[in-house]
Amino acid sequence: MERVPILKIGTTLFVSIQIDLQDESVVRLQEDLADELVATGARGVIIDITAVEIVDSFIGRMLAMIGSISRLFDAETVLVGMRPAVAITLTELGLSLRGVRTALNAEKGFELLNGSA
Amino acid sequence: MDELPIRSGDDVVRVRQQVRVVAAKGGLSLVDQTKVVTAASELARNALVHGGGGTATIEVVTSAQGRSGIKVGFADEGPGIADVDLALTDGWSSGDGLGLGLSGARRLVDEFELTSKPGSGTSVVVVKWSR
Repeated sequence: MERVPILKIGTTLFVSIQIDLQDESVVRLQEDLADELVATGARGVIIDITAVEIVDSFIGRMLAMIGSISRLFDAETVLVGMRPAVAITLTELGLSLRGVRTALNAEKGFELLNGSA
Repeated sequence: MDELPIRSGDDVVRVRQQVRVVAAKGGLSLVDQTKVVTAASELARNALVHGGGGTATIEVVTSAQGRSGIKVGFADEGPGIADVDLALTDGWSSGDGLGLGLSGARRLVDEFELTSKPGSGTSVVVVKWSR
């Protein structure tokens, strides 16, 4: 199983998913992020899915859960870089990703977290 | 026709990758490729989690009208599904999921055929045509 690295940039944790996600990797990411939020006191999480070719119901649910977990540590999660084909497919699948904010790209995600959007 | 085992999370990723390759070969658009790969991901996970593993078969097909597409079959020898209609209902889940896997996969493809009996496993065959 491959792990997704988590970078700390200022008060934000930045995650760029560059691998073909398998279920165990997403579950691991969720746990790693919770640990990092506690360790760093970060106020925001940005998850960049520019390179992610599909989000199915399991991966989508895990991403939404990351949003809920972050909130328990007083941090906001922003999902950035969703591909158009992924957005269309997610919607048809019936997944709304409620509870997670989105932005077009990482730059706009940082702006959103820093309150300048 | 490609036949791939589904025995681990890695295998589910390999099935997705192969479905993507064959869908492109079958002339599907990027959005339609993404839809069928997502459906395959749901069904491969079902075969692994609920069926205890199984196999996926992937091939390019041509319709009577000459349209090309992709056909993906999933077979497992798990406990099977007692009530297929219920299992295909949005929001119904046997576990702690959202209950969108099976019903969502059906929405993402053009043809969907599920055969299952308690005790004799589950087979799902889906087809997505190029436009």
